[in-house]
Amino acid sequence: MIEFREFTFQYDSQAEPTLKRINLTIKQGEKILIMGPSGSGKSTLGKCLNGIIPQNEQGSFTGSLTINGKTFSESSIYDLSLDVGTVLQDTDSQFVGLTVAEDIAFSLENEMVEQEEMRKAVNYWSEKTNLLVQLEKRPQDLSGGQKQRVTMAGVLIDETPILLFDEPLANLDPQTGYEAIQMIDQLYQSQKFTTIIIEHRLEEVLAAPIDRVILMDEGAIIADMAPTELLKSNLLAEYGIREPLYISALKRAGISLEALPDLTQVDQLVSPAIATALAQSQGEFKPVIQKNDALLSLDRLSFGFGDELVIKNIDLTLYHGEMVSLVGHNGAGKSTLSNLITGFYPLQTGDLLWKGRSIANESIKERADKIGYVLQNSNQMLSKNMIFEEVALGLENRGVASEVIQEKVFETLKVCGLYEFRNWPISALSHGQKRRVAIAAILVLEPELLILDEPTAGQDYYHYNEMMTFLRKLNQRGITILMITHDMHLMLEHTQRTLVLKEGAIIADETPANVLSSAVLVASASLRETSLYRLAKNNHLADATGFVSAFIQHEEGPYGGE
Amino acid sequence: MAGNNLIGYLPKKTPIHQLSGFTKLLCFLMISVVGMISYDTRFLLALALFSVILFRIARISYREISFVLKFIAFFSILNLLTVYLFAPEYGVTIYGTRHVIFEGIGRYTLTQEQLFYEFNLLIKYFVTIPPGLIFILTTNPSELASSIHRVGGSYKIAYAFSLALRYIPDIQEDFRTISKAQQARGTELSKKASLMKRVRGNLTIAIPLIFSSLERIETISSAMELRRFGKKKGRTWLLAKPLKRNDYLALVLVVLLCSAGILLLFVNGGRFYNPFR
Repeated sequence: MIEFREFTFQYDSQAEPTLKRINLTIKQGEKILIMGPSGSGKSTLGKCLNGIIPQNEQGSFTGSLTINGKTFSESSIYDLSLDVGTVLQDTDSQFVGLTVAEDIAFSLENEMVEQEEMRKAVNYWSEKTNLLVQLEKRPQDLSGGQKQRVTMAGVLIDETPILLFDEPLANLDPQTGYEAIQMIDQLYQSQKFTTIIIEHRLEEVLAAPIDRVILMDEGAIIADMAPTELLKSNLLAEYGIREPLYISALKRAGISLEALPDLTQVDQLVSPAIATALAQSQGEFKPVIQKNDALLSLDRLSFGFGDELVIKNIDLTLYHGEMVSLVGHNGAGKSTLSNLITGFYPLQTGDLLWKGRSIANESIKERADKIGYVLQNSNQMLSKNMIFEEVALGLENRGVASEVIQEKVFETLKVCGLYEFRNWPISALSHGQKRRVAIAAILVLEPELLILDEPTAGQDYYHYNEMMTFLRKLNQRGITILMITHDMHLMLEHTQRTLVLKEGAIIADETPANVLSSAVLVASASLRETSLYRLAKNNHLADATGFVSAFIQHEEGPYGGE
Repeated sequence: MAGNNLIGYLPKKTPIHQLSGFTKLLCFLMISVVGMISYDTRFLLALALFSVILFRIARISYREISFVLKFIAFFSILNLLTVYLFAPEYGVTIYGTRHVIFEGIGRYTLTQEQLFYEFNLLIKYFVTIPPGLIFILTTNPSELASSIHRVGGSYKIAYAFSLALRYIPDIQEDFRTISKAQQARGTELSKKASLMKRVRGNLTIAIPLIFSSLERIETISSAMELRRFGKKKGRTWLLAKPLKRNDYLALVLVVLLCSAGILLLFVNGGRFYNPFR
């Protein structure tokens, strides 16, 4: 049992408490979701449970916290690790074993368990997590979902009574994320350990039953209720959490949620009344005007490492003013493709045409004058201490006069909403702000095409909206945007065209709604059918895809569209 | 993509790769110690030949180690020059005779003894370092940690060492990405730019590289701590392999070789082989 009593915690480095008077009891065997926007304190709460706070990240606290009888601040990470198993986010950077088997056995090795016993445990847990055939492989060589199962197995092997999952969906594509949630549930059903999931993506977590949702905001607990109760309330909108799309659709159709017993399973929301209301609410879809001014064309592009082809004969044209999403399973070649366009990788076969002229022989720098590329990890792009210097760097390299630099940098910072911060050190910025600095550093060079790798990864709904509003504003100023993404909402709501990459080949070039309603495409890009589409299909709407498109176009309202 | 210019484990299927890490570490330590003690030219040359044969068997090509070899060569030459600078007649003291080749200026004479002594020093570098290279290049990093632990080293230090080796490729990849991203913003890093510009350009890469590496270290260390690393004195290893026939053969061979070196200490009546008497 976990018990927080009037628990307040403040980091030594912060001026205000991060957790404020938390009162929370979690009983053995419960399955809990802790949810909230960035900075709500949900991660801090998790760190108090596994002992990272106060051992590695110091601070002061009042009130009390006990975890299975162990007292907070008196128990070390080691002591608590016997009760709380933690599955951290970002699986890639936490593998310690050279093979999957070693990684799973890591904690047993540390406990000096005999080889024979370890082997048995590794076999048992790798079977439970479907990893038996991968035991000999390097964890780094596995797919995203397998990697996460390795991390889980490595924690499960301790058989701790409490399991803590820190943002288990981060970095996973929709299908893999769905499988992870199902795996957590399956383990929960068979082992009955207390399960605590920290996540801000509500709809995805609700794919499996949850006992209680704890909603946090600014360090305090706002709500502690069953998921259906929460969905019926207006708390989600109020605290900047994305409401599941099917719930928005039901509300828009004027269906009273009060009468429905379970709102968490979209498949149960089927009735003639719902069908009629949905059909009546279906708006009119205005087709987007086709662009036809070719900007960048890929002409029979192929590329490989060694003998293995990663990009296979791609023909593709991006038109001026488009906002396009590029989707595909992990390892489909999405990043390789952008590396080829920007010249980070040399062209092998095929040609690249910019407004009809070949740029195959241009250097990285020359191509960067037209095509800006924003890496997924902003830390890999930021090299200066101050924001102004960072954004000015590219212009300085071009030898632009300093007055002009100042003018252009200021203008760019204003567009990016960073002008107030111009004299701040970069280290003081949040994750999302750093990303915007990275974009500003590219924008200042005035590219006509912007390629962004996962622009919203790891950001909560509020920051996601902010980022997308910003990108749409850029798009309206005439910058063509290509986004690599796993996020179905992003492609559906913010792009007009989706390219699906599978094993190095483009298998579809369609509107996002069409892609998401094709079972074949959804499966090959490791996406999921959206709940909205399921709702429409289950209720036998005449044109489910049309319903989705119209709904999304209508939802977009605040961002203006064209 | 650019080639690997740092050293790291390269998986291959050769008899040397298949030896247990424990065997290789022990052999490496024995050869290094004897190689460091002995100044017997004949023995050192034999050891150098032995190393060359090992490189052949392990199918390590010159390209894989050229960077490290050049590095060693640079420092050994620096060292040889310093030795001469501070003790130009040290060889005379050791060998007890004085065959002058060239009187030189002041104390800086050139004697056969000094040349011979410095020649011995030079081969010593090339005898003691290659076994270490072979060990690192042919031993799986995770086995590396367990082998250091088995010969009595601290497993924490061993683990830190093997993790560091493991991250070399990742950090190289990071370096490449960051460098390309900087080039896209007009930082010239190719040979077209002046040396000063290139140095400054590479420094701009260093900052993001350091930050992304620090981030890596922080994540991995808390992940290890949460899985109870470092609490107990010892540790077991899932994949620690029992020694096989080839391991024993290798150990016997190296023990014989080292015994020969030690035997020569007695034959020569000291560490030095003296051709001048």
